[in-house]
Amino acid sequence: MTLAEAPLNNNTSAAPRSARPVLALRGVDRSFGPIQILHDINIELYPGEVHALIGENGAGKSTTMKIMSGYLAPSKGAVELDGQPVTFALSREAEAQGVTLIHQEFNLAQLLPVEQNIFLGHELKRGWLLDHPTMRAQTRALLARLETPIDPRTKVSDISVPEKQMVEIAKALSRDARVLIMDEPTAALTTRETEVLFRQIERLKAEGVAILYTSHKLDEVAKIADKITVMRDGRLVVTASRGEMTVDQMAEAMVGRELSDMFPPKRPAPDAEPVLEVAGLSVGGMVREVSFKLGRGEILGFAGLVGSGRTELMEGIIGVRHTTGSVKINGKPTHIHSVEAAMKAGIVYLPEDRKEHGLILTQGMRRNLTLLALKKFTRGLVNTAAEEAALDRSIEEFDIRAPERDVLVGNLSGGNQQKLLLAKIMLAEPQIVIIDEPTRGIDVGTKQQFYGFIHGLIDAGHSVIVISSEMTEVIGLCDRVVVMRQGQIAGEVSGEDVCEDVIVRLAMGLDRKDNGNG
Amino acid sequence: MVETRVNAPGGRKFRVDLQVLGPILALVLLIVIGTILNPDFLAARNITNVLSRSAFIGIIAVGMTFVITAGGLDLSVGSMTAFIAGLMILLMNALIPALGAGWTIIAIGMGAGVIIGALLGAANGLLITRMGIEAFIVTLGSMVIFRSLVTWLANGGTISLNFALGDIYEPVYYGGPFGLRWPILVFAVVALLGEITMRHTAFGRHCAAIGSNPQVARYSAVHVERVRLMTYVLLGLLVGLASVLYVPRLGSASNTTGLLWELETIAAVIIGGTLLKGGFGRVWGTVVGVMILGLIDNILNLTDLVSPYLNGAIQGVIIILAVVLQRARKSTR
Repeated sequence: MTLAEAPLNNNTSAAPRSARPVLALRGVDRSFGPIQILHDINIELYPGEVHALIGENGAGKSTTMKIMSGYLAPSKGAVELDGQPVTFALSREAEAQGVTLIHQEFNLAQLLPVEQNIFLGHELKRGWLLDHPTMRAQTRALLARLETPIDPRTKVSDISVPEKQMVEIAKALSRDARVLIMDEPTAALTTRETEVLFRQIERLKAEGVAILYTSHKLDEVAKIADKITVMRDGRLVVTASRGEMTVDQMAEAMVGRELSDMFPPKRPAPDAEPVLEVAGLSVGGMVREVSFKLGRGEILGFAGLVGSGRTELMEGIIGVRHTTGSVKINGKPTHIHSVEAAMKAGIVYLPEDRKEHGLILTQGMRRNLTLLALKKFTRGLVNTAAEEAALDRSIEEFDIRAPERDVLVGNLSGGNQQKLLLAKIMLAEPQIVIIDEPTRGIDVGTKQQFYGFIHGLIDAGHSVIVISSEMTEVIGLCDRVVVMRQGQIAGEVSGEDVCEDVIVRLAMGLDRKDNGNG
Repeated sequence: MVETRVNAPGGRKFRVDLQVLGPILALVLLIVIGTILNPDFLAARNITNVLSRSAFIGIIAVGMTFVITAGGLDLSVGSMTAFIAGLMILLMNALIPALGAGWTIIAIGMGAGVIIGALLGAANGLLITRMGIEAFIVTLGSMVIFRSLVTWLANGGTISLNFALGDIYEPVYYGGPFGLRWPILVFAVVALLGEITMRHTAFGRHCAAIGSNPQVARYSAVHVERVRLMTYVLLGLLVGLASVLYVPRLGSASNTTGLLWELETIAAVIIGGTLLKGGFGRVWGTVVGVMILGLIDNILNLTDLVSPYLNGAIQGVIIILAVVLQRARKSTR
């Protein structure tokens, strides 16, 4: 691979507007104990430039961003602000200098209203009293600028995830950010919300803000970044300007090998009798009268915008939510009121939010692995030896990599957490596997591996439903795709029709006449 | 971060864990100090005394360990003890004309004590799980209610067990097989069963899972509300058991019976290393915690180094210290 040897000095030649970087890392190393995480990192951020930092999980992106924003100090090397070496003793100091990091997990006080969050720690005062009218007016102006029409008095716990993202950005803007560092800002956003965010990024660029941006969505990176830096194993692999790298080249630089095909060859849905038949299923006010069938040995896709009711539908099927309507398994009407009943009926669900719904981060791998199917390991007392054996098999089968065997699950990388979660639900020996967002926040290499696992499930005789907001994933995995919109099925596509254009139109409600297609 | 496959279960490194050793070291230290200060400290009579007095708190604390591990709390155990003891005594006294003073009545009284305990625990648990009221609020309320009811039953004074019955019942506290006393024996059995339940049964696993993250537990086919309810029923049952052993000690119940036991119980659980916010609990730690609290009390009473009136202050320092040590471990991880 030639890109890896590309000279780093094309940084300077590609600087668009300003000759001097506003923020730069010079030869930064960082170690945690005996382990060196970062090796000789050089990055320069210029005003009015969007710089994308990409790499697999564990490549060192987060550490790099934390050093840039003052959350961590480098072990060696320097952080330069406006050409002067600085040491941010605290992230607060970095913020005071106009360098703000927006975390992937938001730093918002859930029970406080939006306006108080935006001015938290920087409250405007009149004398010794808070100046509520001005803060509210400024909040309103900021949110309007971000095309997020929420009332400043709304509690943060009552707004959606993308809205929270916007509030975080508004918070940074309220502090006159000169450098904005965003950790996977689009991970939780839909296509449309991502577009709004990109418009804001363009606007901030025009105002001369330097932006560092990470994402696993490489097509986005190709679209928005002026400059792209790829990291692998704690080292810079390459820095290139927009247009110098294709998405495939980025992926290869990240993984360090060629990714021939992300997806195993698609198989047409076998013409078998359905294992799961859902008819007229409604879930609260979120899903209305949904009907579909899942064939034996099929990978059925569910596409749609975030909030279209896909997750709620599946949570209804596995008994987490109250439903009306009928569910048949192998032709037999089945009533499922609890996750346990679903498991007995042969259905398991891999939740979309692995940290909140999937795994107990403060416990080890063994306890997490067997929690769902614990009955299998229990005859009066839990058989720990059998659990250990199961963990051995799962580590082998799903290639789970952990620094040590009794590591807390919270300290595993996202990809390994997801593998463990898949292993956990497969221990229940289900007939039907529902996987909600199989690869959210996972690096490219692990994604490819995960797609292999999903095909492996089919080979082993399971039937699979995949919910995904990533279009390429649904298209790459599924021969038949159900598209949901506003709690209803907007249409179903199969075979040749499974393509981005058709699915997006259905999901956005542009093509109502296509209903019932396939 | 270097991540590798780890397939050998034997690859576990031996580590000195202050979290595990801390309470044990504290207990050993107390025993050493006690022996130095007073040679009678290790005498069988003194140890028996300490242990049988600690047994009530200990039996209740084992149940409390499950409640706290599952993310709950119960402030009502002290006044629940008083209320159950009061009801037991009134019931047994009332049965004398019909059955005559004898073991039959005492057996009925003991059975009633355990059943009433389980029912009161269930009442707490149902309010918490079905009505979705916070455990702190529910049990604060029931604490006050039980205390008030026993005061009312005693008409502001003391409810006393009939003397004849008291004489028959007495050996349940003061007697026992192999030179041990019943309360010590019962405490030992409860602690052992509790430890096995916490570590080696699905119920113990589920408690820790719910205390860590109830959502994950729910998606993992754990009946979250049912398990939480069961922890309160179990605790109530053990409070009943403690009352059954307590009544023969004094043969009476009043509004000062079991006063502040809830705090002592929770303190023992926390000193033992169980996390107050739930998710991790260990019964053996609770047992050590109970003994630490009991020994401090005993040492202060045996020696005149420090006024026994400072007992509370020393216990308080130890509780706070235990939590500080828990913190210290977390930040080094």
